[in-house]
Amino acid sequence: MQKPTWKSTLKGYLYLLPALLILIVFSIYPIIKSFLMSFYTDYDFFNDTVNAYGFENFTKLFQDPNFITALKNTGIFVIGVVPLSIIISLAIAVLLNSKIKLSGFFRTIYFLPFVTSVVAVAIVWSWIFHSDYGLLNYALGLFGIDPINWLTNPTYAMPALIILSIWKGLGFNIIIFLAGLQNIGNQYYLAAKVDGASAWYRFKHITLPLLSPTMFFVSIISIINAFKVFDEIFALFNGRPGPANSALTVVYYVYQKFYEEWEFGLASAAAFVLFIIIFLFTIIQLIVGKKFVHYN
Amino acid sequence: MDIRIDQLSMVFDKTTAVREMTTTIQDGELVSLLGPSGCGKSTTLMLLSGLYKPTSGTIYFGDKDVTKLDAQKRGIGMVFQNYALYPHLSVLKNIMFPLKMQKVPKKEAEIRAKEMADLVQIGHLLDRKPGQLSGGQQQRVAIARALVKKPNVLLLDEPLSNLDARLRLEMREEIRRIQQEIGITAIFVTHDQEEALSISDRVMLMKDGIIQQESAPQNMYKKPENEFVASFLGNPPINLMTITKSKVADSYRLEDMDQTINLPALPPTELQTVRLGIRAEDLYISEDNPIFHGKIIHIETIGRDTLIRMQVGGITVRALVDPNQQLQIGDIHGLGVHPESIHYFHREHGKRLPLQKRGGMRHAKAHVEEHA
Repeated sequence: MQKPTWKSTLKGYLYLLPALLILIVFSIYPIIKSFLMSFYTDYDFFNDTVNAYGFENFTKLFQDPNFITALKNTGIFVIGVVPLSIIISLAIAVLLNSKIKLSGFFRTIYFLPFVTSVVAVAIVWSWIFHSDYGLLNYALGLFGIDPINWLTNPTYAMPALIILSIWKGLGFNIIIFLAGLQNIGNQYYLAAKVDGASAWYRFKHITLPLLSPTMFFVSIISIINAFKVFDEIFALFNGRPGPANSALTVVYYVYQKFYEEWEFGLASAAAFVLFIIIFLFTIIQLIVGKKFVHYN
Repeated sequence: MDIRIDQLSMVFDKTTAVREMTTTIQDGELVSLLGPSGCGKSTTLMLLSGLYKPTSGTIYFGDKDVTKLDAQKRGIGMVFQNYALYPHLSVLKNIMFPLKMQKVPKKEAEIRAKEMADLVQIGHLLDRKPGQLSGGQQQRVAIARALVKKPNVLLLDEPLSNLDARLRLEMREEIRRIQQEIGITAIFVTHDQEEALSISDRVMLMKDGIIQQESAPQNMYKKPENEFVASFLGNPPINLMTITKSKVADSYRLEDMDQTINLPALPPTELQTVRLGIRAEDLYISEDNPIFHGKIIHIETIGRDTLIRMQVGGITVRALVDPNQQLQIGDIHGLGVHPESIHYFHREHGKRLPLQKRGGMRHAKAHVEEHA
């Protein structure tokens, strides 16, 4: 390795410049700007002048019942989506990883939702959820369950959103899990078989520990994604946060404040709160992960 | 406990990996399954372990038919090529794993695991993870894990192929020591003839799913039962050539050349052509009574050996010669051989042809004494 000189450093930066420029303009600057905006308490956006700074936005935020609803709904959504999505996608990945016919075909099928546009997916699902003609109610009807107003009843709007989101996220998780599973050598399973470990025991004591780095990655990504949910709601409920705000999440709240009510300070403060929440969760995961994740 | 294999066959899709194998492995024996890759030796081991189930045939452990039994019910210990140590468990937990499966109480399991670790001399590494061990140490852990449940049979699948040359030598002696200390029946798969010949009581040489020869190592080297065995064993490889009977008695013509050679100890003579095998170390430079002449095209000295390659007609012959002899590339010399060191094989099916003594060693004898 050569020692870095001014010349080589400058050259390095030059190579980084195109990517940096885009990142700075579209990511880093907005982050800093919105952080600052959350402290604008008196803002004239016609002239872009700030008359007063303060913490008022944050106090206002926590006094707004809608924000509290949004926080609660986001929490329910994360808890509803992440564990189920991980369990289901792991199960499917394990099945796909075993020697079955047409496994390539099934992999494609499961990956399709991930690459399909959210809007298209939401439109299809809004038909599936349709109270009169929907497939889901038809299927439930076969078991003698009365039709449910999935999209118009506040009680069922969140479950509908959770079902859609789990399905939508499966493909990505399955692909990542499959890659992880294929990294586990077959010899461990053979050795365990010789010693008499049952299939469940092999899964619990070989697959899971050896898959833990993948599991860790998937859970961090899934939790962050779940906290950021917005598109699915917008598309599924036709640009409304569900009946009676039943699917109002934090990002949707930010959207409402920013684009519909022009409360830029408040919107920025809400975004900042969400950032802190995600940040804390990720830190907790990193700490917990240290204990349970085995890297070879 | 003896292991008896009867008419064992294994067919995958279209390829037959093991073909009607019948053999017996004695109690306490260390047997090597040797052969080129794809010869069915690993499949045979997998069949013995119970991880594969045979297409047909029977396997007996002692008097018990275990053909349909699953691996865990056969009481075997297995060492895999890349050791298959669980990377997330410590050495101690790795060794305890089989006992945990047998629901041995934890305290007892720990004591037994530690005993086993001491036997393979890794008692000081119990808290480490496999990733922190050297190849040789991992190998020892794998052996300990295979032996801790006191199996009837120890199966080793190419256990030394991931080690460097020096460690390999050390570990194969270790495997032999441990095997004899416990007195366990062991079956050892390898593609390395030196490994097989050095540590086993008996070697089974396989090709195309068929045992070509099974015998004590030295015996296999000295009396190969067919041309394949002769060509597979030995380094440098044996010299093989085709000879055709000429009109003069006792005289044969080497293929691709006009020299005739005299062969004193002849195979049955109704065959017009036979295959001839001579090991490099059995040939020596001889001007008085050579079996053929040739031009030296290559000389290499490795340690105590000097290997020459000689152009004899259309073929190249390798010979290990006396390093004190002054030889030069381009020299023309004769090569002599002790008549009993010549192996004869049938040209078509490659089977060994028994020697027929007629008058015996009138040619090369004097030189052998001189050489020695």
